[in-house]
Amino acid sequence: MGADPMLAGNIDIWVVLIVLLKVFVTFAFLMVAVMFMVWFERKVISDMQNRIGPNRAGPWGLLQTLADGIKLFFKEDLIPDKADRRVFQLAPYLSLVPAFLTFAVIPIGGDFAKKSGVVKMFTHHTFLQLADPPIGVLFILSMSGIAVYGIMLAGWSSGSKYPLLGSVRASAQMVSYEAALGLSVLTVVLVSGTLSTHGIVLGQSSIRNWNIVQTGFIPFVVFLIAGTAEANRPPFDLVEAEQELVGGFNTEYSSIRFALFFLSEFMNTVTLSAIIVTLFLGGPQEIFHIPGPGWLLGMFWFFLKLFVFLFTMVWFRGTLPRLRYDQLMDFGWKALIPLSLAWLLIMSAVRLARNEGWNVPGVIAICLVIAALFYGLLVAAMNKSKSNSELIEVK
Amino acid sequence: MGYLQGFAVTFSKLFKNSATGAVVTTEYPEEKRVKTERLHGRHVLNRYEDGMEKCIGCELCAGVCPAKCIYVRGADNDPMNPTSPGERFGFVYEINYLRCIHCDLCVEACPTEAITESKMFEFSFLNRQDAIYTKAELVVGDDGKPQQLPWEDWREGEDVDTSAWMRATSSSGNAAYSGQVGWSGELGYGVRNAEGGQPAEAKANAIRIAAAAAAADAGKPGAHDADGHGHGGHH
Repeated sequence: MGADPMLAGNIDIWVVLIVLLKVFVTFAFLMVAVMFMVWFERKVISDMQNRIGPNRAGPWGLLQTLADGIKLFFKEDLIPDKADRRVFQLAPYLSLVPAFLTFAVIPIGGDFAKKSGVVKMFTHHTFLQLADPPIGVLFILSMSGIAVYGIMLAGWSSGSKYPLLGSVRASAQMVSYEAALGLSVLTVVLVSGTLSTHGIVLGQSSIRNWNIVQTGFIPFVVFLIAGTAEANRPPFDLVEAEQELVGGFNTEYSSIRFALFFLSEFMNTVTLSAIIVTLFLGGPQEIFHIPGPGWLLGMFWFFLKLFVFLFTMVWFRGTLPRLRYDQLMDFGWKALIPLSLAWLLIMSAVRLARNEGWNVPGVIAICLVIAALFYGLLVAAMNKSKSNSELIEVK
Repeated sequence: MGYLQGFAVTFSKLFKNSATGAVVTTEYPEEKRVKTERLHGRHVLNRYEDGMEKCIGCELCAGVCPAKCIYVRGADNDPMNPTSPGERFGFVYEINYLRCIHCDLCVEACPTEAITESKMFEFSFLNRQDAIYTKAELVVGDDGKPQQLPWEDWREGEDVDTSAWMRATSSSGNAAYSGQVGWSGELGYGVRNAEGGQPAEAKANAIRIAAAAAAADAGKPGAHDADGHGHGGHH
């Protein structure tokens, strides 16, 4: 599996045990992170709305998520008569498993200051990440692609109209925003020259080398917005717009199956933040140097950065009202995709110009002119189509 | 850049001591909001000052009830040992609180101010039978206050002002009756005085009266300042 030095040599019992330990720790971490995230979101949202939030279960309401989970577990599990039973039962797992798997390729720590991310674990040198496949970024994208199926099939198999509407919205939204997401990730890959998540982190050794700077900030903003939409977080939570769709795709779900959707949703939030940190902000790379054991510092920086983005996600939710469906589509197709596409082309042109020794400002100017030209064409086409539809209305 | 201002607003609310960030939550079981004066809660059956029940078993409350939650059966009083003054009394009186909507129409309908509503609204039943309150629970105690049932959570002052006084300012729409005592006395309180309407109105009245008194003082010889408007009546 990729460049992990532990798996390069011969595989003995220790290696197997260490991998098992990593699996367990990753799983446990993700569960605890989700528990914390649900509580954190409710608390911060409450603070932003002059409320108190959960404060009954445990100190500061910390065990609220656990209490909710236990409650959901003991509730009656209903399957509607009209539901497609097999698919209905499968859907929550289709949404949960990708959420879990994505996190496997995130480097959550490692001694990046001195030893390029390698730490000594018992007897072996290894990375602090479950797996480092050479196609790590593609793996992330493919998992987010599969997650669409969970939501889509959940709504479709419920045999009920609101869930169906919710899932139709979900699939349209997730497919549209995946394009912008992919294009902004492509910029990162272009700069890093590798698809491995470990390699991407390795390339961002100081703030100047962070991809947020190297890719020129725009892909970061596009990724943040498109990622929020991809995870169905507010303000892009049309999928489960309570006021319009009862509960959206999960309306007919109850008990533990509902809990699985809920879990995967928050897991996606945590994973999304982790992906942003990995791709754009150097993952476990230090911001400034502090003395201490390398493996611990890597984790410290990673979690610090992760926390900032978790807060940002909640902040989005507390501040922005939900988009209307046509606004969502307009924003995705007419703003984010052209922007990220143009940015990718400019980045590649600049890179080529540097390699070939061309005049870089000149290339940028030409690119901008071409981009403006194409955007003008796009606007003209949209205006034409608008006037056409108005003509039809008059008739 | 209006979007970014929104982010600043929500962020500033995180701080409890900021201008708009104070917590507005009432932590319910520990603290309760002050209840409004005429809150429609669970009913009480009132008694006269001599301890007699006011209910005469006329069933008007049951007739007017839109939720059909009241069941009354009247019976003749024992002449030697009457329960209420008059011929009849409420022999059976039951209210089903699974049906009651607390509209207060029974209180309006009652000719003897027997039934009124208290401020207690926290019901807790474990079965449907328990939801039916009978005379044993509804009739006021010997001090004229509602009985505190074992499952009711009362706070200071919540059991006062539950009786006929509730209608003390209701003048049947006729201003001539405003301030007139048009109700009977009751156990523990006697005949209550008429009050100046709703709290806000009463407060305004008090201010008006105080202002008039102050103006009367100011209007004494030597201190008169020639403002002839707004004080009313003392010239």
